[in-house]
Amino acid sequence: MIDKEVASFAEALAGISDGASVMIGGFGAVGQPNALIAALTEIGVKDLTVIANNAGFEPEIGLGLLIGSGIVSKIICSFPRGSSAFDQRYRAGEIELEVVPQGTLAERIRAAGAGIPAFYTATSAGTRIGEGKEVRRFNGRDHVLETALNADVALIQAWNADRWGNLTYRGSGRNFNPIMAMAAKLTVAQTQTIVALGDIRPDDVVTPGIFVDRVLRVDAGDPPAAATGR
Amino acid sequence: MSATPRSKVEMASLVAADIPEGWHVNLGIGLPTLVADHIPDGREIIFHSENGILGMGPQPSENELDTWLVNAGKQNVTLVPGASLFHHADSFAMIRGGHIDLCVLGAFEIAENGDIANWTTEANDRVPAVGGAMDLAAGARNVWVMTTHTTREGAPKLVSRCAYPLTAGGAVKRIYSDLATIEVTPDGFLVTAMVDGLSRAELEARTGAPLRFA
Repeated sequence: MIDKEVASFAEALAGISDGASVMIGGFGAVGQPNALIAALTEIGVKDLTVIANNAGFEPEIGLGLLIGSGIVSKIICSFPRGSSAFDQRYRAGEIELEVVPQGTLAERIRAAGAGIPAFYTATSAGTRIGEGKEVRRFNGRDHVLETALNADVALIQAWNADRWGNLTYRGSGRNFNPIMAMAAKLTVAQTQTIVALGDIRPDDVVTPGIFVDRVLRVDAGDPPAAATGR
Repeated sequence: MSATPRSKVEMASLVAADIPEGWHVNLGIGLPTLVADHIPDGREIIFHSENGILGMGPQPSENELDTWLVNAGKQNVTLVPGASLFHHADSFAMIRGGHIDLCVLGAFEIAENGDIANWTTEANDRVPAVGGAMDLAAGARNVWVMTTHTTREGAPKLVSRCAYPLTAGGAVKRIYSDLATIEVTPDGFLVTAMVDGLSRAELEARTGAPLRFA
């Protein structure tokens, strides 16, 4: 019987080693697998390369906690602002930063999961971020060559799961999670609920279980309210 | 200068009035988000957020609050009837693939050839960060900029050539400043509207590139 459900954080994160590249889903406070992240800081690995959209916000939770723990030596992300934990280490020269435009980051991850080694995009052509990249003209416009971005591990957050690893998401919690699930050798999903096989309607599955290796039920509750002022 | 500059709300109302029915629109963080509040009654415009929302509605009231919904600025938002949710690769396929009709952005500088600089001033005290700015500027079918005409120190933001690092080349089609509305044409800046009481010479003195007047 296929059963991807694991019962503990130790099982969920088993096999992650020093120097691993780790994708972490989430955008803002939504869809970020905070419990898996907290557990990752306690299993004794170091020199991780993290791939995520941000570099965290609050220092005591999520990516902020991970970076503050000192086990991340490089981050690949689009918007590393608003994170005191990251700021401190970046200014001290303790963490390497690769800034990637958000859509290019998403497509590099998607491409990796889809077996596309590289692609051309107009995004960043003629800018500092495009410098040094191969440029080719299509339809009268410059495009830069971007390569697929895969990882050893993806830590993601889902809403609902079954033992085959089929996943659904909630609200804007989808963000990077489905594409990261496709791009890593080992994908671990933290999910609010796990239901019997067949209870997720096939029409409703967003991430088919083929992309998921382990599922851990964590009753994380709702994300905190965000700022609402414009 | 005796003329009164446009307020933020006036700028947002002008932008909103010019968005055609049925367009899919992404509003940049900051000043452009005001545009959503000033769409004329009865006109259907669909708002997109980079993190996977089409059909984004206004901020929630206390009893509407769903903390599972945030926009690209990480603020809680609502969904309108007909909204859809999707992942980041699909969201940026909408942008890169030319499906988003309009993106309204803020800017540090706009050049007369449509180049835009809005992601870094290279100030040493800021960590480099680009977010979705380059994807939006390069990918949206139309890029309009909403900005003050000059910096706080009075330096022109509309220039012959951007000094700050570019976000995208040749991207901007129209500028709504607090002093004027300006088309970016193959022949440079073309002023199509100005605030009352402002002279052409006064506008030229606050602009770092030649102006033509419609």
